[in-house]
Amino acid sequence: MATKVFMEALSPTMEEGRLVKWHKREGDAVKTGETLAEVETDKAVMELVARADGVLRQVAVTEGQTVPVGNVVAVIAAPGESPDVPAATSPRPAPTPAVGSGERGAVLVAAAPRPTPTAPADATRVKASPLARRIAREAGVDLKLVTGSGPGGRVVRKDLERTAATGTSASPPSAAQRMEPLPAPRSPAAAPAVEGAPYQDVPLTQIRKTIAKRLATSLGPIPHFFLTTEVDMERAAEARDALNRQLGDRGKVSFNDVIVKATALALTKHRACNAWFQDDHIRYWTEVHIGVAVAVEDGLITPVIRNADLKPLLEIGREARELAEKARSRRLQPSEYTGATFSVSNLGMFEIDQFTAVINPPEAGIIAVGTITPKPVVWDGQVVARRRMRITMSCDHRVIDGATGAAFLKTLKEMLENPLAMLL
Amino acid sequence: MASQFDVIILGGGPAGYVAAIRSAQLGMTTAVIERDKLGGVCVNIGCIPTKALLHSAYIAKLLREAKEFGVEAGSVKTDYGVAMQRSRRVSDQNSKGVEFLMKKNKVTVVKGSGVLQPGRKVKVGSDVYEAKKAVVIATGSRVKGLPQIGLEINKTTVISSDEALFLEKAPATLAIIGAGAVGMEFADIFSAFGTTVTLIEALPRILPLEDAEASDALAKSYKKRGIEVIAGAKVKKGTPAKDKVTLEVETNGASRKIEAAAVLMAAGRAVNVEDIGLAECGVQVTERGFIKVDPGLQTTAPGYYAIGDVAGPPMLAHKGMREGVTVTELIAGKKPHAIKYDNVPSVTYCHPEVASIGLTEDQCKERKLEYVAGRFPFTANGRARGTGETEGFVKILRDKKYGEILGAHIVGGHASEIIHELTVARENEYTVEEVELAIHAHPTMSEAVAQAALDSLGRVVDM
Repeated sequence: MATKVFMEALSPTMEEGRLVKWHKREGDAVKTGETLAEVETDKAVMELVARADGVLRQVAVTEGQTVPVGNVVAVIAAPGESPDVPAATSPRPAPTPAVGSGERGAVLVAAAPRPTPTAPADATRVKASPLARRIAREAGVDLKLVTGSGPGGRVVRKDLERTAATGTSASPPSAAQRMEPLPAPRSPAAAPAVEGAPYQDVPLTQIRKTIAKRLATSLGPIPHFFLTTEVDMERAAEARDALNRQLGDRGKVSFNDVIVKATALALTKHRACNAWFQDDHIRYWTEVHIGVAVAVEDGLITPVIRNADLKPLLEIGREARELAEKARSRRLQPSEYTGATFSVSNLGMFEIDQFTAVINPPEAGIIAVGTITPKPVVWDGQVVARRRMRITMSCDHRVIDGATGAAFLKTLKEMLENPLAMLL
Repeated sequence: MASQFDVIILGGGPAGYVAAIRSAQLGMTTAVIERDKLGGVCVNIGCIPTKALLHSAYIAKLLREAKEFGVEAGSVKTDYGVAMQRSRRVSDQNSKGVEFLMKKNKVTVVKGSGVLQPGRKVKVGSDVYEAKKAVVIATGSRVKGLPQIGLEINKTTVISSDEALFLEKAPATLAIIGAGAVGMEFADIFSAFGTTVTLIEALPRILPLEDAEASDALAKSYKKRGIEVIAGAKVKKGTPAKDKVTLEVETNGASRKIEAAAVLMAAGRAVNVEDIGLAECGVQVTERGFIKVDPGLQTTAPGYYAIGDVAGPPMLAHKGMREGVTVTELIAGKKPHAIKYDNVPSVTYCHPEVASIGLTEDQCKERKLEYVAGRFPFTANGRARGTGETEGFVKILRDKKYGEILGAHIVGGHASEIIHELTVARENEYTVEEVELAIHAHPTMSEAVAQAALDSLGRVVDM
């Protein structure tokens, strides 16, 4: 029997994928688990694997083509079988990425967990109840981006209610977040009509689309406020130098590692800042997972250093470099860039003095780290040159109030100014 | 060693026997413990025999009106005893049908009164049965009297539906206390069999849980056929004598005496939670006496589940049946469709029938919902005119903004059958527009549903 090969949801927020490269050609024998093709998702280049043994037939998607999740891209037929399965778009429930969901209240949901949000089965056809359609139309919500909890993944009123009412975002990869109206579709008319026009229209890549959507859901609906402080980094620099001298060939501790560690430790003392805004509740995390913004070609991504408060500096450094490398080569797995409870963004290497970072929802805060630079300061009554660094915290005011954020920042500053405090 | 089953169900009523069948379908070894007849109250002394008697009443009514339709039936004589015997045969057939279903699905039926024991065990007499996966409590409910005002059920002059269903003769006069579904149906039956019926309801209107317009329509219909309807009346005291009962009733501040050959108690039911070992197993009950269950129908004791009347209102067979399916699917580790407790149809099979789903208009007001009511009377429905069933209406309450069907109320012939169009609509979140867009056959009573939907949209055609 022929098995259809679908464009699968290879990341929790993936709605469509660009087929980068076929590893198998039509007529090739394939085995379950073998890589059929490479697919560029909104986050990374992932492998699409065979779900059956047989011969690859009816390859319907060419390299470079983008297709919605759930569409058939090829068929695996038994040897000798001539599949008459039309390789057209035919929906199938997308695989469910395992994302923690603590849904509360609904009848029977306790025993039968609500399906975690998944990419829509087929972006061209939406399963939704008539009532859900009307509510979505009214609220300007794109149903393609809503995960249905009804029979067969059908979108029902419940799935729309919360977000339609508030229009704000909830957790990733929650329905709410993905329910924000899409950026206006690219109109073909916008392409340059005249040869040699003084501009160039570049289609959005998958990652740029996601960045655009996610960041728009952040600064728009989230009431941000910002706190800036200047940290004396003299002792941190001394400590880091001493550590690196001692480590020799065995490794190297970067300022960023120290900042990640200090942030994680400060969060353990200020749980109020280690939280997710969840639309109708705030989820305070007991574990600290730090997202570290990494610039990649054509965008950025925030891989996560889990339990950063518990890890030695060297381990944080090793992980950070590994994750950054994977991010740049676009090999990050979804589990490696989801679930952060707080983030750090560092533009010090670009000699930025100070900046404000955009919160990565549903996290409630992010630290923007500027460059470390010698400055004249008054120290013990004398004007002296000391290495200083500005950090700015962006806070979601729905979770963190001014004094709460300030108290956290004070602890972080103290830890960086006196690295021994991290041992306390 | 105790006999082992995957699932043991205590009670073979509608919730229990459906649970047993679904459990067996799912490949679990299953036992049902029943102390009386399979099918429970519903099949033996509830839903089923009353429907048989109500049909006898309906035939009597038809024959009395037959002349108008060009059919001479002579003088109509009724015999409650014969109707009762027929209703018994219907019940027995149904109970045997359940027995057959148990055999067909290889469900073990244990006759006797089961008592729960810790460790997912049930004791029946001296035998102990052990459930490997779960014990499901489906012990149901029973009629109750009002001993505090002198109206303890004595089975002669103070009776319940249990006795009414076995009377050989309709009483000359009957006072019915409680005008919910049971009281309404027996008023209909006995009135058709020549009894002078007085229907007494404590709340301000009969069918107090239904939409006020439905209550009004039925009060009018009953009064027209000579049933005395007293709502908002408090029975202060009942004094049973050898062949009659005297009731002291207070209504609008005035006191009056009502005498009847018998009183039928139809005010509420008590759940069967006594002497089945609940406390010993850590199964707690709510303040109102129902077994406490979580959203997965599990009681406070792990491995013990409760379904049907004992698990809480609405105390309706079809609600229990659905819980029976759901609970076994949960026990089997499946993920069943969540039960929508706000989408359980409510039906009273009196004539005209009353059927409803969702909210009443008063409830819409209480919840401050923005709604629009659409109505269509059967007097304007061709089919109803033809059959002479012009009593009643369809009323649909829709959300003003989105057209969601908030509630629907039908009074009229076959209302119990017509309501399901709206039940399906609500279950699937169709709005009034989808209901109206579906082509309804002409002429049918169901057209009134489409017309009521249209009326709610301000576009009614046939009126």
